[in-house]
Amino acid sequence: MNNVILRTITAVVVPIIALFSIQLFFAGHYYPGGGFIGGLMAAGAIVLLLIVFDIRTVRKMIPINYQWLIGTGLLFAVGTSAGSLLFNVPFLTHAYRYVHLPLLGKTSLHTAVLFDTGVYLVVVGITLVIIETIGESD
Amino acid sequence: MKEIANILVMIFILSGSLLTLLSAIGVIRLPDVYTRSHAIGKSTTLGIMSILLGTFLYFFINDNHFEAPLLLSIAFVFMTSPVASHLISRAAYYSRVELWEKTVRDDLKHKRNEG
Repeated sequence: MNNVILRTITAVVVPIIALFSIQLFFAGHYYPGGGFIGGLMAAGAIVLLLIVFDIRTVRKMIPINYQWLIGTGLLFAVGTSAGSLLFNVPFLTHAYRYVHLPLLGKTSLHTAVLFDTGVYLVVVGITLVIIETIGESD
Repeated sequence: MKEIANILVMIFILSGSLLTLLSAIGVIRLPDVYTRSHAIGKSTTLGIMSILLGTFLYFFINDNHFEAPLLLSIAFVFMTSPVASHLISRAAYYSRVELWEKTVRDDLKHKRNEG
Protein backbone atom coordinates (compact mmCIF):
# COMPACT_ATOMS: atom_id res chain seq x y z
CA MET A 1 0.00 0.00 0.00
CA ASN A 2 1.57 3.26 -1.12
CA ASN A 3 0.08 5.77 1.28
CA VAL A 4 2.19 8.78 2.21
CA ILE A 5 -0.12 9.93 5.01
CA LEU A 6 0.01 6.57 6.74
CA ARG A 7 3.77 6.28 6.43
CA THR A 8 4.42 9.78 7.74
CA ILE A 9 2.10 9.41 10.72
CA THR A 10 3.70 6.05 11.53
CA ALA A 11 7.13 7.65 11.60
CA VAL A 12 5.83 10.20 14.12
CA VAL A 13 3.73 7.86 16.22
CA VAL A 14 6.05 4.86 16.64
CA PRO A 15 8.62 6.76 18.80
CA ILE A 16 5.80 7.95 21.08
CA ILE A 17 4.54 4.38 21.52
CA ALA A 18 8.08 3.14 22.19
CA LEU A 19 8.64 5.87 24.79
CA PHE A 20 5.33 5.07 26.46
CA SER A 21 6.25 1.39 26.55
CA ILE A 22 9.56 2.17 28.26
CA GLN A 23 7.80 4.49 30.69
CA LEU A 24 5.27 1.75 31.57
CA PHE A 25 8.13 -0.70 32.07
CA PHE A 26 10.15 1.49 34.44
CA ALA A 27 7.15 2.83 36.34
CA GLY A 28 5.94 -0.71 37.07
CA HIS A 29 7.26 -0.84 40.62
CA TYR A 30 5.35 2.17 41.91
CA TYR A 31 2.50 2.74 39.43
CA PRO A 32 0.32 0.58 37.17
CA GLY A 33 2.48 -0.94 34.47
CA GLY A 34 5.36 -3.37 34.37
CA GLY A 35 7.07 -5.81 32.06
CA PHE A 36 4.00 -7.46 30.58
CA ILE A 37 2.07 -4.40 29.44
CA GLY A 38 5.29 -2.61 28.45
CA GLY A 39 6.31 -5.54 26.30
CA LEU A 40 2.88 -5.70 24.68
CA MET A 41 3.10 -1.98 23.92
CA ALA A 42 6.55 -2.37 22.33
CA ALA A 43 5.23 -5.29 20.27
CA GLY A 44 2.32 -3.04 19.28
CA ALA A 45 4.74 -0.44 17.92
CA ILE A 46 6.45 -3.08 15.79
CA VAL A 47 3.06 -4.44 14.65
CA LEU A 48 2.19 -0.93 13.46
CA LEU A 49 5.41 -0.96 11.42
CA LEU A 50 4.42 -4.37 10.06
CA ILE A 51 1.02 -3.03 8.99
CA VAL A 52 2.50 -0.03 7.18
CA PHE A 53 5.61 -1.61 5.63
CA ASP A 54 6.06 -5.18 4.50
CA ILE A 55 7.66 -7.91 6.56
CA ARG A 56 11.03 -7.79 4.78
CA THR A 57 11.47 -4.04 5.33
CA VAL A 58 10.70 -4.38 9.03
CA ARG A 59 13.23 -7.23 9.30
CA LYS A 60 15.79 -4.89 7.77
CA MET A 61 14.86 -2.07 10.18
CA ILE A 62 14.98 -4.30 13.29
CA PRO A 63 17.41 -7.12 12.53
CA ILE A 64 16.50 -9.31 15.51
CA ASN A 65 15.48 -12.94 15.50
CA TYR A 66 12.60 -12.84 17.99
CA GLN A 67 13.10 -16.47 19.02
CA TRP A 68 16.46 -15.45 20.47
CA LEU A 69 14.64 -12.68 22.33
CA ILE A 70 12.45 -15.25 24.10
CA GLY A 71 15.53 -17.24 25.12
CA THR A 72 17.34 -14.16 26.39
CA GLY A 73 14.31 -13.12 28.43
CA LEU A 74 14.02 -16.55 30.06
CA LEU A 75 17.75 -16.45 30.79
CA PHE A 76 17.31 -13.06 32.52
CA ALA A 77 14.48 -14.39 34.69
CA VAL A 78 16.28 -17.62 35.64
CA GLY A 79 19.57 -15.76 36.16
CA THR A 80 18.16 -13.20 38.59
CA SER A 81 16.23 -15.89 40.45
CA ALA A 82 19.18 -18.26 40.71
CA GLY A 83 21.67 -15.46 41.45
CA SER A 84 20.31 -15.29 44.99
CA LEU A 85 21.55 -18.86 45.58
CA LEU A 86 25.13 -17.55 45.34
CA PHE A 87 24.55 -15.39 48.46
CA ASN A 88 23.15 -18.28 50.52
CA VAL A 89 19.55 -17.04 50.46
CA PRO A 90 16.48 -18.86 49.08
CA PHE A 91 15.69 -18.98 45.37
CA LEU A 92 13.94 -15.81 44.01
CA THR A 93 15.13 -13.60 46.90
CA HIS A 94 15.55 -10.07 45.60
CA ALA A 95 17.80 -7.35 46.87
CA TYR A 96 17.85 -3.57 46.55
CA ARG A 97 20.19 -0.77 47.40
CA TYR A 98 20.17 3.01 47.18
CA VAL A 99 22.89 4.15 44.83
CA HIS A 100 24.12 7.66 44.05
CA LEU A 101 24.37 7.78 40.28
CA PRO A 102 26.27 10.70 38.72
CA LEU A 103 23.37 12.14 36.71
CA LEU A 104 20.23 10.75 38.31
CA GLY A 105 21.02 11.32 41.98
CA LYS A 106 19.73 8.95 44.68
CA THR A 107 18.19 5.96 42.94
CA SER A 108 17.02 2.63 44.27
CA LEU A 109 18.26 -0.23 42.14
CA HIS A 110 16.27 -3.43 42.57
CA THR A 111 16.99 -6.85 41.07
CA ALA A 112 13.23 -7.21 40.39
CA VAL A 113 13.81 -4.84 37.48
CA LEU A 114 16.10 -7.42 35.89
CA PHE A 115 13.41 -10.07 36.35
CA ASP A 116 10.91 -7.69 34.75
CA THR A 117 13.32 -7.16 31.85
CA GLY A 118 13.08 -10.89 31.27
CA VAL A 119 9.27 -10.71 31.24
CA TYR A 120 9.44 -7.75 28.83
CA LEU A 121 11.72 -9.55 26.38
CA VAL A 122 9.68 -12.77 26.48
CA VAL A 123 6.42 -10.91 25.85
CA VAL A 124 7.86 -8.92 22.93
CA GLY A 125 9.44 -12.06 21.47
CA ILE A 126 6.38 -14.31 21.75
CA THR A 127 3.96 -11.71 20.35
CA LEU A 128 6.14 -11.00 17.32
CA VAL A 129 6.94 -14.67 16.68
CA ILE A 130 3.19 -15.44 16.64
CA ILE A 131 2.34 -12.51 14.38
CA GLU A 132 5.22 -13.02 11.94
CA THR A 133 4.52 -16.74 11.67
CA ILE A 134 0.85 -16.13 10.89
CA GLY A 135 1.74 -13.32 8.48
CA GLU A 136 4.24 -15.35 6.49
CA SER A 137 2.07 -18.38 5.68
CA ASP A 138 0.19 -17.60 2.48
CA MET B 1 -9.21 31.19 41.88
CA LYS B 2 -9.76 27.47 42.23
CA GLU B 3 -13.49 27.85 41.65
CA ILE B 4 -12.97 29.82 38.42
CA ALA B 5 -10.55 27.17 37.19
CA ASN B 6 -13.03 24.45 38.06
CA ILE B 7 -15.69 26.22 36.00
CA LEU B 8 -13.21 26.10 33.10
CA VAL B 9 -12.80 22.34 33.70
CA MET B 10 -16.57 21.95 33.68
CA ILE B 11 -16.88 23.84 30.40
CA PHE B 12 -14.19 21.69 28.79
CA ILE B 13 -15.70 18.37 29.87
CA LEU B 14 -19.30 19.35 29.07
CA SER B 15 -18.42 20.71 25.63
CA GLY B 16 -16.37 17.59 24.94
CA SER B 17 -19.23 15.27 25.79
CA LEU B 18 -21.64 17.44 23.78
CA LEU B 19 -19.37 17.21 20.74
CA THR B 20 -19.15 13.44 21.11
CA LEU B 21 -22.94 13.25 21.34
CA LEU B 22 -23.21 15.42 18.20
CA SER B 23 -20.96 13.08 16.26
CA ALA B 24 -22.99 10.09 17.42
CA ILE B 25 -26.14 11.81 16.11
CA GLY B 26 -24.24 12.53 12.90
CA VAL B 27 -23.42 8.86 12.44
CA ILE B 28 -27.11 7.97 12.72
CA ARG B 29 -28.49 10.83 10.61
CA LEU B 30 -26.03 11.21 7.74
CA PRO B 31 -26.64 9.27 4.49
CA ASP B 32 -23.40 7.55 3.42
CA VAL B 33 -20.00 6.35 4.66
CA TYR B 34 -18.09 9.47 3.65
CA THR B 35 -20.33 12.00 5.37
CA ARG B 36 -20.43 9.77 8.44
CA SER B 37 -16.66 9.56 8.56
CA HIS B 38 -16.62 13.34 8.18
CA ALA B 39 -18.84 13.66 11.25
CA ILE B 40 -16.91 11.18 13.34
CA GLY B 41 -13.40 12.17 12.27
CA LYS B 42 -13.66 15.78 13.32
CA SER B 43 -16.22 16.00 16.07
CA THR B 44 -15.08 13.04 18.15
CA THR B 45 -11.44 14.08 17.91
CA LEU B 46 -12.15 17.53 19.29
CA GLY B 47 -14.57 16.10 21.85
CA ILE B 48 -12.09 13.59 23.24
CA MET B 49 -9.29 16.15 23.26
CA SER B 50 -11.50 18.56 25.15
CA ILE B 51 -12.50 15.93 27.74
CA LEU B 52 -8.84 14.94 28.22
CA LEU B 53 -7.82 18.57 28.63
CA GLY B 54 -10.56 19.04 31.22
CA THR B 55 -9.34 15.96 33.12
CA PHE B 56 -5.76 17.17 32.97
CA LEU B 57 -6.73 20.60 34.32
CA TYR B 58 -8.85 19.03 37.07
CA PHE B 59 -5.99 16.95 38.45
CA PHE B 60 -3.52 19.79 37.96
CA ILE B 61 -5.61 22.34 39.84
CA ASN B 62 -7.15 20.26 42.62
CA ASP B 63 -4.47 17.64 43.34
CA ASN B 64 -1.47 19.63 42.05
CA HIS B 65 -0.60 16.61 39.97
CA PHE B 66 0.93 17.05 36.52
CA GLU B 67 -0.33 14.10 34.43
CA ALA B 68 2.00 14.09 31.42
CA PRO B 69 0.38 10.98 29.82
CA LEU B 70 -2.86 12.94 29.41
CA LEU B 71 -1.08 15.65 27.41
CA LEU B 72 0.67 12.95 25.40
CA SER B 73 -2.63 11.25 24.65
CA ILE B 74 -4.14 14.57 23.53
CA ALA B 75 -1.36 14.88 20.96
CA PHE B 76 -1.74 11.21 20.06
CA VAL B 77 -5.50 11.41 19.44
CA PHE B 78 -5.01 14.62 17.47
CA MET B 79 -2.53 12.90 15.17
CA THR B 80 -4.04 9.46 14.73
CA SER B 81 -7.82 9.86 14.71
CA PRO B 82 -8.07 11.88 11.44
CA VAL B 83 -5.64 9.46 9.77
CA ALA B 84 -7.83 6.56 10.87
CA SER B 85 -10.95 8.10 9.36
CA HIS B 86 -9.00 8.95 6.19
CA LEU B 87 -7.95 5.30 5.86
CA ILE B 88 -11.48 4.03 6.46
CA SER B 89 -12.90 6.38 3.80
CA ARG B 90 -10.15 5.41 1.38
CA ALA B 91 -10.76 1.70 1.92
CA ALA B 92 -14.50 2.26 1.46
CA TYR B 93 -13.93 4.20 -1.77
CA TYR B 94 -11.63 1.60 -3.28
CA SER B 95 -13.97 -1.24 -2.39
CA ARG B 96 -16.62 0.66 -4.39
CA VAL B 97 -18.97 1.74 -1.64
CA GLU B 98 -21.65 3.88 -3.29
CA LEU B 99 -21.71 7.63 -2.72
CA TRP B 100 -24.91 9.36 -1.65
CA GLU B 101 -27.25 9.67 -4.66
CA LYS B 102 -27.31 13.48 -4.44
CA THR B 103 -23.51 13.77 -4.76
CA VAL B 104 -22.52 16.19 -7.53
CA ARG B 105 -18.78 15.74 -7.76
CA ASP B 106 -16.53 12.69 -7.82
CA ASP B 107 -13.02 13.76 -8.80
CA LEU B 108 -11.42 10.36 -8.27
CA LYS B 109 -13.83 8.47 -10.52
CA HIS B 110 -11.36 7.73 -13.33
CA LYS B 111 -8.80 6.54 -10.77
CA ARG B 112 -11.25 4.11 -9.24
CA ASN B 113 -12.27 2.68 -12.61
CA GLU B 114 -8.63 2.05 -13.51
CA GLY B 115 -7.77 -0.08 -10.54
